[in-house]
This record gives sequence, structure tokens and C-alpha cells, in this order.
Amino acid sequence: MTNMAEDLKAEAQFAGTGLASAPEDRRRSERKRSTRERKARTTDTVIYAVLAVLVVALMVPFIWMVSSSLKENNQVLTVPIQWIPTEFVWSNYTDIWTRIPMMGYLQNSLYLAVIITCLQVLTGSLAAYGFSKVRFPGRDVLFLAYIGTIAVPWQAYMVPQYIMMQNLGLTNSFNALILLQAFGAFGVFLMRQYYMTIPDELCEAARIDGLSEYGIWARVILPLSKPALASLALLTFVNTWNDYMGPFIYLTSNRLWTVQLGLRSFVGQFDAEYAMIMTGSVISVIPILIIFLLGQRYFIQGIATSGMKG
Amino acid sequence: MTTETITQAPVPVHSRGNRKQARRNTLIGWTFILPNFLGFLAFTLIPVLAAFALSFMEWASFTAPKWVGLANFQRMLASDTFWVALRNTMAYALGHVPLTMALALLLAMLLNRKLKGIGFFRVAIFFPYITSLVAVAVVWNMLFSPDSGPINQFLHSIGIAEAPGWTSSSDWAMPAVIITSVWRDMGYYMVLYLAGLQAIPSELYEAAEVDGASAWQRFWNVTIPSLRPTTFFVVVMLTVSSFKVFDLIVVMTNGGPGRSTTVLSQLIYQEGIGEGKFGYSSAISLVLFLIVLTVTVVQFKIQQRRER
Repeated sequence: MTNMAEDLKAEAQFAGTGLASAPEDRRRSERKRSTRERKARTTDTVIYAVLAVLVVALMVPFIWMVSSSLKENNQVLTVPIQWIPTEFVWSNYTDIWTRIPMMGYLQNSLYLAVIITCLQVLTGSLAAYGFSKVRFPGRDVLFLAYIGTIAVPWQAYMVPQYIMMQNLGLTNSFNALILLQAFGAFGVFLMRQYYMTIPDELCEAARIDGLSEYGIWARVILPLSKPALASLALLTFVNTWNDYMGPFIYLTSNRLWTVQLGLRSFVGQFDAEYAMIMTGSVISVIPILIIFLLGQRYFIQGIATSGMKG
Repeated sequence: MTTETITQAPVPVHSRGNRKQARRNTLIGWTFILPNFLGFLAFTLIPVLAAFALSFMEWASFTAPKWVGLANFQRMLASDTFWVALRNTMAYALGHVPLTMALALLLAMLLNRKLKGIGFFRVAIFFPYITSLVAVAVVWNMLFSPDSGPINQFLHSIGIAEAPGWTSSSDWAMPAVIITSVWRDMGYYMVLYLAGLQAIPSELYEAAEVDGASAWQRFWNVTIPSLRPTTFFVVVMLTVSSFKVFDLIVVMTNGGPGRSTTVLSQLIYQEGIGEGKFGYSSAISLVLFLIVLTVTVVQFKIQQRRER
């Protein structure tokens, strides 16, 4: 397979040099090249146009969300749709903080997301080191158990988890969510995937230099795995921030609610306040948008390397 | 301290040293794994095993668990709601998997070129995937609003007089959920396909071009076969995630109208945490798990046969 590809490459190079020798041939090939370039430019323009239309179409829900958040309630569902509000109701963005405890919800979401992300990244990268760079009996069987549970749908064991948390007296507390989400198999898996690409010789050299295993982890592996750490941190943060079912099952009192629960209940209680609901939606998306724009490279990397959801 | 430095020196190759080294490695390995493993064991591994055991027990909130064999499964098979939920879950998967896959591949093909600013388009298409699910559900519910929602306005404007009732109609609620989820997920699978496309050596296309293959022939004879491992992975992931669909349903339709969008994982939640029928809901869990497992194994076998 590779041989064939290499042969073809060599052939193409050969053909290229051969053509350029005679002046007539050169002229012809130049003309050919310029038409090809022109053709390529036209294709580029067409592609840009197609992509632009596509992206706008896909962004319509967001555009509509933002536009509606700046309207009066009775202006949101008008016929025909007004994409740009006749009058910008900026007060929606100041009123919402007094209508629902938005600040509290944001703080709760942030608290959960930060703690879970830190724990996940720390324990995940430690365990991944154990699974990839230390050889000991039973290691691979243990790792198989980790992988195996990734395949089990969470819904299939959420009931036993719930019973357990109830018996521990942890329902209606952040601790339940932290314990359930901070030690997931996903982080271990993602980090191990990355550590496998770091050559063992590097650890070997550090060992000979007298570094302990913990030293190797902290001073050799961690600095090398910054992209993977960033991927895991971002994916975990976003997953926790956006999680609905976890908080829905475990957090019953309003003062513990996350942004997602708060928004959902706001929709339930004030279902005619369309503009305000859209304002809340925009506010719930903004933190994610910022984080995403800062680290989108790592999201894409994390997904491409692990191919997994959190 | 001294013993520490001695053991860290290169290990001489005789058995006692090796055994000592192995014991030391086991200890070190476990200290690395332990912080994660304790949490994993307590809150994932044990609950997974418990779900399996519970499905053979009768256990409601305030009674002692009692072994009942297959009684939960018999009850489940006789339950109308279970079959409705199973059918709805399959309907969702049948809509969601092929649509998401096709659109993800199409987008990846469009985005797999070196153009200025292509990164912007990739990022924009990926963004819905990480947007808060509640916001997505809320916005789409309003877009789908039957009377004056933007979607039905659009349908009216292109001459469709009888626009669907979407989430308020038991026939159209599931398509509405599917459309929303396809919109949300395709950027994610687009990334996977993009990675697959970029791994195809360009020589293959050049060779096909030399042989005079048309764009369609190149797509069919080079792209599709080269993407087979990615497609396999995408199909497994998509199918598995379809069978697990939960949040989107709960927030968008909560299983309604009637039972038209009730899915398996929602039933597990309602019966288990909602009504405290732990044994019965665990039986449904086991079915969900078996479906997911079967899908994975069958697709794995198909993939293997193709490769041979």
C-alpha cells in the first residue's frame, strides 16, 4: 500500500521534471497551470459561498436567540419575524438578575465545574501515568475495567448511584455531584491515550538520572502533556457546566441550583416571558462561548484523539 | 533515604532484584492509580455491578431487597410503556444516526481544504455541540412553536399551508427532537470525519485522477473505503449515544405529548428515582445496556469481516 503510494509520488515527480525541459512544453504547462489556478480560484469562491450560507443557516438559532433577548415579550413571536428589534430592550439584561437568582446559579455552576475539573485532571493524569508508564501485574485487567465502564450507559447505573448517595446522606449537596463526576474513567482514558505517545525512553533516562516516579510524572510527563491536559480540562469544564441531568437528580433546593436548572425552571414558571427566557439562555451560553474561543484548538484535539464524549 | 537511592539505581539482572523491583513497581503503580480508582470503584464500578444484581431483586424504597429472579423482566415485557419507550428509542436512533452521519461527512468534505479562514467555519459548525443543552432545547422549542414560530413561518412562506404542530403533536414531536439533536451533534462527528479525511494520503487521489476517475468516482472509490474505520467508529458512537438519549428529551418534550417521545433512559429515571422501584428500573437498565452492547459487538463483527 505505502509502496504503491511512494511509487506514484516518484512517478509524478518524474513526469513533472520531464515536462518542464522543452520551452514549448514549458509554455503549454504554464498555460495549463494558470487555467487550473483560475479554476481553483472559482472553486474557492463557490466553496466560500456555500460555507457562508451553511454557517448562517446553522447559526440561525443563535442569531434568533440573541435578537429575541433584546425584544419585548410580545415582539418575539411576530409574523413576519423581525430579525433586528425595532427597539433594543437592553433592560432585559439588567432585569434578569433581579427576576431570578442568576448570580447564585452562575456561582454554583462555576464552583462545581472548577472543582470537578481540577479533581478530574489531577487524579486522571496520575492514574494515566500508572496505567501507561509503570509496569505491574494486574494493570491491564484493571484498565479494562475502566474501559468497560465507559461503554456502559450512565443511565444504566444512575439508580444504584442514587441509592448510594441517599444512604450516605449526600443527596441535595454538591458533594454528590463532585464524587460522581470527578473520578470518571474518561479522564484516565484520554490522558493515557496521550501518555502512550510519549516515548518510554524519556522516563527511563529520568529514572537513571535519579528522579523518582512522582518526579518523572511532575517534571517530565506533565509539562509534555499540556495539550492533553488542556483538552481534558476544557471538555470536563464544559460538560459539567452544561450538565442537566446530574443537578436535576441531585440538587433539589433552589439555592444549590446550577444555571441549567435555573434556566429550565424559569422557562417552566414564566413560559410567556419569551424575551427574558432568551436573555437567560444567552447568559448561560456566554461563559462557554468565551472558554470555547480561548481553547477551541484543544477541544478539537481532545475529540480527535480520544473520539469520546465525557 | 539511602535505601531509596539504592533501589533507584539501575537494577542488576538477578531474580531477587527483579522480584523486589516488581513489588516496588506494584506499589508505585497503585499509588498513582489509587486517588482515581477509589472514586471510580465506589461511584462507578460498584453501581454498575449493583445495577446488574438489582435487576433480579424486588426492592422499593422502604422495603428490604428480595431475590425475585426474572419477575422484573416478565413485568417489563408485559408493560405497554416499556414497548412504547423501546419503539421511540429506536425511532430516534433511526432518524438521528443516518442524518447526523451524512451531514457530518458532507460538512467534513466541504471543510477539508486549505482555505483562508477555514478554521472559522469549522469552529462555527462545532459550536452548537458545546452549547448548553437547556438553552438549545429552549430556543428550538420556540423555533418550533406551531403558530408563529420561525420554522413554521418559513414553511408557510414556501407554500406549505398545513405546517406541522411539532412538539405539540404526537406525530411531529419526535422529528422535532431529532432535528434539534442532529443540528447539535453533527459538528462533533464532523471533527471525527475531518480527522479521518486528513489521514487519507493525497497520492491515492492523484493516482485516481491519473486514471481518469471523476470526482464522484474518486469519492466512491477512494474516500469512502479509506474512511471505513472512521465510519465504523462514528456509527458505533452515534448508535450508542442515540440509545442513551435523555437530557434533550426531558428538557424539550419530557416524553410527551402523551407518550410519543418517552425513551428508555427516561423510563429508567421515572421508575427508579421517580417512583423508587429500584429493581424494576434496573431490569430496564439491563435491557438498555444489552442493546448498547449488542450494537457495538455486531458492528465490530461487521467491521472485522469487511477487513478480511
